[in-house]
Amino acid sequence: MGNINFTINGERIQAEQGQTILQAAREEGIYIPGLCDHPALPPEGACRICLVEIEGQRALHTSCTYPVSEGLVVNTNSDRVRASRKFNLELLLSDHPMDCMTCDAAGDCLLQDLAYEYDVSEDRYQGTKHHYSVNDPNPFIQVDRNKCILCRRCVRACREVNGVEAISVFYRGFSAYIGFGADSSMDNSPCEFCGSCVEVCPTGALWPKMSLGEGRPWQVERVQTTCPYCGVGCQLILEVKDNKIIKVDSAWDGPSNHGWTCVKGRFGYDFVHHPDRLEKPRVRKYLLDGKKKPAASKRNPEKEGNPWQWVEVDWETALGITAGKMRQIRDDHGPESMGFLTSAKCLNEENYLMNKLARQVIGTNSIDHCARL
Amino acid sequence: MNSRSDVPTNENFEPVLTQNLKLPGSEKIATYLSVGGYQAVRKALSLPPDEIIDMVKRSGLRGRGGAGFPTGTKWGFMPNGKDVPKIVAVNTDEGEPGTFKDREIVEQDPHQVLEGVIIAAYAVGANRAYVYIRGEFFLGVKRWIKAISDAYEFGFLGENILGSDFSLDLSVHRGAGAYICGEETAMLESLEGKRGSPRLKPPYPASIGLFGLPTLVQNIETLACVPHIINRGSEWFSSIGTAQSKGPKIFSVSGHVNRPGNYELPLGISLKEIIYRHAGGIRNGNRLKAVIPGGASTPILPAELVDVPMAFETLEAAGSALGTGAIIVMDETTCIVEAVRRLSKFFAHESCGHCTPCRIGSHRIYEIMDRIEKGQGHSGDIDLLLNLVEGIDGNTFCPMGSALVNPVRSAIQHFREEFEYHITNKNCLVKTQIPK
Repeated sequence: MGNINFTINGERIQAEQGQTILQAAREEGIYIPGLCDHPALPPEGACRICLVEIEGQRALHTSCTYPVSEGLVVNTNSDRVRASRKFNLELLLSDHPMDCMTCDAAGDCLLQDLAYEYDVSEDRYQGTKHHYSVNDPNPFIQVDRNKCILCRRCVRACREVNGVEAISVFYRGFSAYIGFGADSSMDNSPCEFCGSCVEVCPTGALWPKMSLGEGRPWQVERVQTTCPYCGVGCQLILEVKDNKIIKVDSAWDGPSNHGWTCVKGRFGYDFVHHPDRLEKPRVRKYLLDGKKKPAASKRNPEKEGNPWQWVEVDWETALGITAGKMRQIRDDHGPESMGFLTSAKCLNEENYLMNKLARQVIGTNSIDHCARL
Repeated sequence: MNSRSDVPTNENFEPVLTQNLKLPGSEKIATYLSVGGYQAVRKALSLPPDEIIDMVKRSGLRGRGGAGFPTGTKWGFMPNGKDVPKIVAVNTDEGEPGTFKDREIVEQDPHQVLEGVIIAAYAVGANRAYVYIRGEFFLGVKRWIKAISDAYEFGFLGENILGSDFSLDLSVHRGAGAYICGEETAMLESLEGKRGSPRLKPPYPASIGLFGLPTLVQNIETLACVPHIINRGSEWFSSIGTAQSKGPKIFSVSGHVNRPGNYELPLGISLKEIIYRHAGGIRNGNRLKAVIPGGASTPILPAELVDVPMAFETLEAAGSALGTGAIIVMDETTCIVEAVRRLSKFFAHESCGHCTPCRIGSHRIYEIMDRIEKGQGHSGDIDLLLNLVEGIDGNTFCPMGSALVNPVRSAIQHFREEFEYHITNKNCLVKTQIPK
């Protein structure tokens, strides 16, 4: 429980020293809208949407940056606050394409939600709008600067969380835009394509290329799962439409990844639906028939009946043949004729079991791990 | 000329900040030493640092960079003790349109500032100082570098200055042409080699500044006052000026006057006296129309208010601000709409782009001003401008973002009919009134 008492909208709440008004409000379930703020990122104070009124202060203050103090009286939703939010939303939308009907982010866009909440539909300024080309050639992430609101969430995710610093702001004022490396394309920058920037982008400015046009947020089933790639065990949320994965998000409640993941977890899912993917074990026909290994010259696995042909079998059969062969090698040539190599992709438990298999079942100490290579 | 008896005129005022400027070779260390230069450093090093901070506090000196924060109080914010290294960052990034006082001091009398830097660093216990100078000040950069290397040679910089146990190193860093880098935290970012963008405050530079260390950021005119306070005493300094604005001030006068230039005068002198007595009055005998009293970011005053004393509190009461003391004079031939259009172009161009209201709002103001000036304004444009001004003012990330609203709002307040004429008649009121 916090040790600072203050008031939000007439409600007395407690907060910890060092918390911002927004953090304290969020913990109490009090809604303050914002665009540049993200719970996993340091505050930026850029979008000016989370402005609140503080009693005794002339100006409005951004709740994402204002630290709580004893006796503070905050109003998050006064007419003045709402007018100021609407003003800033009008400015943002005065330089934003009004193409929600075809935008992939529709339904998953904070700007759209706030424009709805604050009833911003017309552009009173009729000023210039940017028309950036959408042509970043990288294989994973579409960069649409026309939809960017310069909240710099991507900049902070890249710099503060991942330490990569591939993203930064170029030029000034109305000409400012988000760029990569030395103002180059994403694949010409230090970017590792972890996609954290996509995860935190509040609009459709950064979007996975593989997901473009595949479906809208309300059309998908969201399935939480563990990433199959490595032992970290990132929690991922698969967006599934018609039994097909169309997008992967990283789960903020994942105990090992806390909302972040890497290029493989986020973009490496095309194998799932690939026609070449093996879904059942296979063995060579000569093994199934219990015969000796035929000469390589006879090798023609595509031909029906060829001894090298791959035959689909159940796990019991495949593992039985593998175990039998291993036992035979140990008996014929001794345990030191075999070595084991395990993988960083495996869990600790799996590596432990491999250790047991090598040392106790086979009887060799020749076991190593790919991380040492 | 001035009805207020407590407001000084310049009858017996003796310039100090600019006293050396008329000397030949005023930028040279030999010249500076020949007129008693660096005596203040000798004196300061014999005093305990706290006493110097106290002297500056008692003098009533307020920052000359625009914000007018009490200098001694700022020095007092720096943490005590030697356990953490401290830094002095010298702001020579003079970029406010209309302001050219720092440039002249740096080019013509850099040692005066340097002496102030050494005293400030000694007072707050800093052993490292950086000069951040506007990149376009080529001569200023040369003069700073020469002054610093000469000061090292004479033992005013480096290890154990003048045999004391105080050491100070100083180097120069050039800016790359951004107005925003005059804002203290953006300047620190730029000094660190990063994009010049303001930082979130708090923490203030006095607790976390350059490279994460406690940093005193000070304008050079402020620092130039310091040796004189040490030499002549706090009482001398505070005897000049008004109740809340003490000391001499360099006013940069530009625009439609007969003798534009820098004038060192006591704070509290009336705007009228500066314009008519010192700057030689309005060109061609024209009538005065409006004045920007403190640089481009301060509200425009109409000619009726020209009696205002040039002090922090009096200008604020008149609806403007002292800012940097840069007086831009506009005579009757000036189209206020065009003047504000140019100012808004400047602010839109110089916005760093960090926050929404400044990044997009300043650009929208410029667009609207541009179309009004070109005779393409819409009937609701004045309300739209006022709505933008209202929305931006006080809601930006740094004070620079809100600076643009001052000229726009004050121009509409005092010269609304010119805006209306432009919109209604698609022509300029001033041009139609002035015979060709």
